[in-house]
Amino acid sequence: MGQPVASPAIAALRERIACLEGGPARDRATLPFGVPAIDKVLPGGGLALGALHEVAGGRNGAIDGAAAALFAAGIAARAKGKVLWCVTRQDLFAPALAQAGLLPGRVVYVEAGDEAAVLACFEEGLRHGGLGAVVAELARLSMTASRRLQLAAETTGAIGIAIRRWRRQTEATDFGQPTAAVTRWRVSALPSRPLPVPGIGRARWQVELIRVRAGESANFEVEACDAKGRLALFSGLADRSPKARNGPVRAIG
Amino acid sequence: MGQSAPSAETPIVMLGRQGNRRLVLAADAAARAAGLRVGIPASKAQVLVPNLQSFDLDAAGDADALERMALWSLRYAPIVAADPPDGLIIDTTGADHLHGGEGTMLEGLVSRMVASGIEARAAVADSWGAAHACARFLARPTFVAPVGQAAAIVRELPISALRLPHDIVDGLHTLGFERIGEVEAAPRASLTLRFGPELGRRLDQALGGRSEPFEPIRSPELVAVRRAFGEPISAAETIARYAGKLVVMLCEELEAKGLGARRLDLLFHRVDNRLEAIRVGTAVPVRDVKRLTRLLTDRIETVDPGFGIELMTLAATLAEPFGSRQIISSLVEEPEPDITDLIDVLANRIGEQRLYRFAPVESDVPERSVRRIAPNAPDDGTSWPGDWPRPPRLLTHPEPIETMALLPDHPPVWFSWRGIRHRVARADGPERVFGEWWQRDAELIAVRDYFQVEDESGERFWIYRAGDGEDPQTGSHKWFLHGVFA
Repeated sequence: MGQPVASPAIAALRERIACLEGGPARDRATLPFGVPAIDKVLPGGGLALGALHEVAGGRNGAIDGAAAALFAAGIAARAKGKVLWCVTRQDLFAPALAQAGLLPGRVVYVEAGDEAAVLACFEEGLRHGGLGAVVAELARLSMTASRRLQLAAETTGAIGIAIRRWRRQTEATDFGQPTAAVTRWRVSALPSRPLPVPGIGRARWQVELIRVRAGESANFEVEACDAKGRLALFSGLADRSPKARNGPVRAIG
Repeated sequence: MGQSAPSAETPIVMLGRQGNRRLVLAADAAARAAGLRVGIPASKAQVLVPNLQSFDLDAAGDADALERMALWSLRYAPIVAADPPDGLIIDTTGADHLHGGEGTMLEGLVSRMVASGIEARAAVADSWGAAHACARFLARPTFVAPVGQAAAIVRELPISALRLPHDIVDGLHTLGFERIGEVEAAPRASLTLRFGPELGRRLDQALGGRSEPFEPIRSPELVAVRRAFGEPISAAETIARYAGKLVVMLCEELEAKGLGARRLDLLFHRVDNRLEAIRVGTAVPVRDVKRLTRLLTDRIETVDPGFGIELMTLAATLAEPFGSRQIISSLVEEPEPDITDLIDVLANRIGEQRLYRFAPVESDVPERSVRRIAPNAPDDGTSWPGDWPRPPRLLTHPEPIETMALLPDHPPVWFSWRGIRHRVARADGPERVFGEWWQRDAELIAVRDYFQVEDESGERFWIYRAGDGEDPQTGSHKWFLHGVFA
């Protein structure tokens, strides 16, 4: 955990709670983002392996899920092993995922046709054990379904990423419903910084960590995935001391 | 017949002996157009059509060929039988989703037959009798009867669609019956008294009221095991347990022959003489008991045991020798985990063609730059050139947008897409994509100019103008949105 531990008694209690919660996969490994500001707020110093994570796009991204797909592709690219990507209807453009570091040889796509089949394939992939990450694009994710997925992920150590994507903006309020996912992210596009010449610079995202189990939520302004799937802190902020940036967050926690 | 084959316009009939008469037993389209029909004496046919070509019918050879064709059709479904003299029966229950649905499957089947020179028609309906009638009277060249409506369709067909002997059909015509529905509406008892039980039986079979079992064909060199039950079984757990036992037996036989299964058919013979089947396929030859059992038990819920199952047959309808390959030692490098079993499970659940990887194609036209390959195809490590930005979501059909833009090579100042107007804050481009003249003539001088634009809220879009902005021959100069960036 990132927080300083108050006393050995508390530490022992935490240990017991973790023992009750996690079962065999207690000392869960993590996949760091490589951005200290983000890794610091995540328990274990990175995205938990063997867990379910939720990603959605903000504003129009809730419908097209473009930024969320790239965010997930970046995570999957940094994970080890093959990736299973389950969709209802295919509209991904694989060259863009390759530009985020997820090479075509590593991804197997499943075009399941309907949501129920996507969920079944998602769970099957998480349960298999030979995959590094399993990504699924879902509109609805009930507590029961997410609990099943979380348990399936715990048994194998694969990262499960549910990209939440809806047909209409009004359906996106579903993202407020509780699920068993360990973290919940929202990725929305930010205007890029003007360049000295005509053209467009690297895309910038506002990445909101809305919920994280055993941690505090936080906001980050980052530059989009590079060719290896890594995010970078927006350089204008990176110059600032991280303490000044995360000060208020810590004060609440 | 090679060079000596008669041309398509020449009328051709096949002659054969029935009792002590020589009759026309088959006639082609040209002969039928000239007024010949099956059943008239050979001498009469030769008088009627002067340039008639006739051949002796080789019934045994035809039956053999039909049998071979039935074996070939096993690729579509596990329960297949020859229906002499000119038909094939395929029970597609539970197999059509593996070929992209009933319509697609029929079209694929017919076009493969046409490619090998066989004119074929095919129909899917609720029962064998109905499908038999639809294939011969409605299919052009394929016909899919909606589930539950086959009976209504069959009622509208002429009586000759009922698989009845000629004399019964002629007799019914004499009585003034034309359509099957009329015969059905007439009192059954008097018809049976006059024509015998055959008429009622065929009528029930065509309308789906009576089951009609048939013996499915099996190739002789098949590896198969079977198990009969003294008491019929029907519980899903019991079926699963015996499926497991059959897999163990099958794997022993496969091991003795050094083979691995690529496709398994599990047939259930029900006490009411009907067949149910499960078919599973694998991406690589498999002889692993656990894995094969898992694939079969996954599908058991699709089996309707009815009043019970008295015989189960498991066959490896497609078996291949095991290839040997070198295993990477974990001392040298971490071995790549094998996911072919996961691929098999998913492929059997949702269909093989919906599971794929993308591979690069050397084409600048975005929608042609990707192709789908099998999920377990070898990875050659290639990727797309990464120097131009590509959107993660590509619209299948580019959508027209309204824009205001300076010609020839400026990005739009604003554009409106799906009723929302976006002001372009920043833009990059153009990236000129030329048409591929070797694909289509229309693309000889076609040009697309792609721009990446960012609106004021930071959302990025991939838009293009058809044409180079100067020469109207290169495109319509309309603007389209083709993808959404992050």
